[in-house]
Amino acid sequence: MKFLIIILAVFFIPMPVHAVDPGEILQDLNLEKRARAISKELRCVVCQNQSIDDSDAPLARDLRILVRDRITSGDSDEAVINYVVSRYGDFVLLRPPVKAVTIVLWFGPIAIALLGVAALTTFFRRQRKYARETGRENEI
Amino acid sequence: MRSRWTYFIPLILLGLLAVYFAAGLGRNPKTLESVIINQKVPEFSLAPIEGSAKGFSNLDLENQISLVNIFGSWCVSCRIEHPFLMDLKERNIVPIYGIDWREPDRKSGPRWLKRYGNPYTIIGDDPKSKGAISFGVTGAPETFIVDKKGVIRFKHMGPITKLNWNDTLKPILEKLRKE
Repeated sequence: MKFLIIILAVFFIPMPVHAVDPGEILQDLNLEKRARAISKELRCVVCQNQSIDDSDAPLARDLRILVRDRITSGDSDEAVINYVVSRYGDFVLLRPPVKAVTIVLWFGPIAIALLGVAALTTFFRRQRKYARETGRENEI
Repeated sequence: MRSRWTYFIPLILLGLLAVYFAAGLGRNPKTLESVIINQKVPEFSLAPIEGSAKGFSNLDLENQISLVNIFGSWCVSCRIEHPFLMDLKERNIVPIYGIDWREPDRKSGPRWLKRYGNPYTIIGDDPKSKGAISFGVTGAPETFIVDKKGVIRFKHMGPITKLNWNDTLKPILEKLRKE
C-alpha cells in the first residue's frame, strides 16, 4: 500500500519545471517580471508548442537573454515583442493578433455557434407554430 | 416552403471544413513563411572566430550578391552540405559569408573548418544567437541570398544540395544578376 502511494505521489505531485536558468534572471525584479511576461507570449521556434519561457531549447534560451538585454537597455515591452515579430513573423506570438487575416480565427467559432443557435431557435419555433396550427400541441 | 436541399447545408459546410483541415494536415509547420524576405539585412556585428582577424557585419554584404550561411560544427546537416559549399567556392560562383552559430567553445568552429576546409569569405562568431536571431533563423543550416542592395531575397532551410541548388537557388541567383 505504502509503495502504491509513493508511486502515485510521484506521478501526481506536480513538479516545478523551469527552463529559465538562475544565471539569466535579472537583478531588478521589476525588469525580470516584465521579461517573464514577454517570454510567456513568445513561441519557441524550435519546439513550437512551448513558449520561450518554458522551453529548454538553446535558441529559446538565447531569445530569453535577448529579451532581457533589450529590456535592460530601456526598450518597452512592445518594442521587444515587435523586434522578435519583425524577425520571425506573427507566428512567434502565442496569442495571434486580431488582424484582417485572423478575423476568421478569432470570431469564426462564435459566429458558427450563433448560427447554430439561430438555426435551432427557428426550427423549434416553426415546429411549435406548426403544432399550434394543426392543433397537435400536446404531442410535442 | 423551402426546398429540401437546404437541409444539406450543414453537411456541405462540414465537408468543406474537412477538406480544409485535411489540406492543413499535409503542411509542414516547421517551414515557416519568412517575414524577412525582401527586407534589408538587419544591422548586426559579430566578432571574428578564433584565428581570424575580421568579424562579420551587415556592412560586408553591400554592393554584391552573396550567400549568408548559418552553420555550426555541431550541426550534422551542415557537414552534409559542406562539400557543396566548398565546390561553390572553388568554382568561384558566389561569395559565401558564414555565421558560426552556437559553438560549444571557441575552438570547435575553427577546428571543424580546418578539418573539412573553409568555404567562407568572412565568418562571424555567434555564440549567443544574435546573428541567427536577426536573420530569423530557426535551425542550421540555413542559407540566405542577399542582393546588391543588401536586401534578403531568398531563404533556404536545410542543406544545399546539387539538386536544390540547380532547381531553386541557382535560378534565383541568375535572376538577381540580371537586375
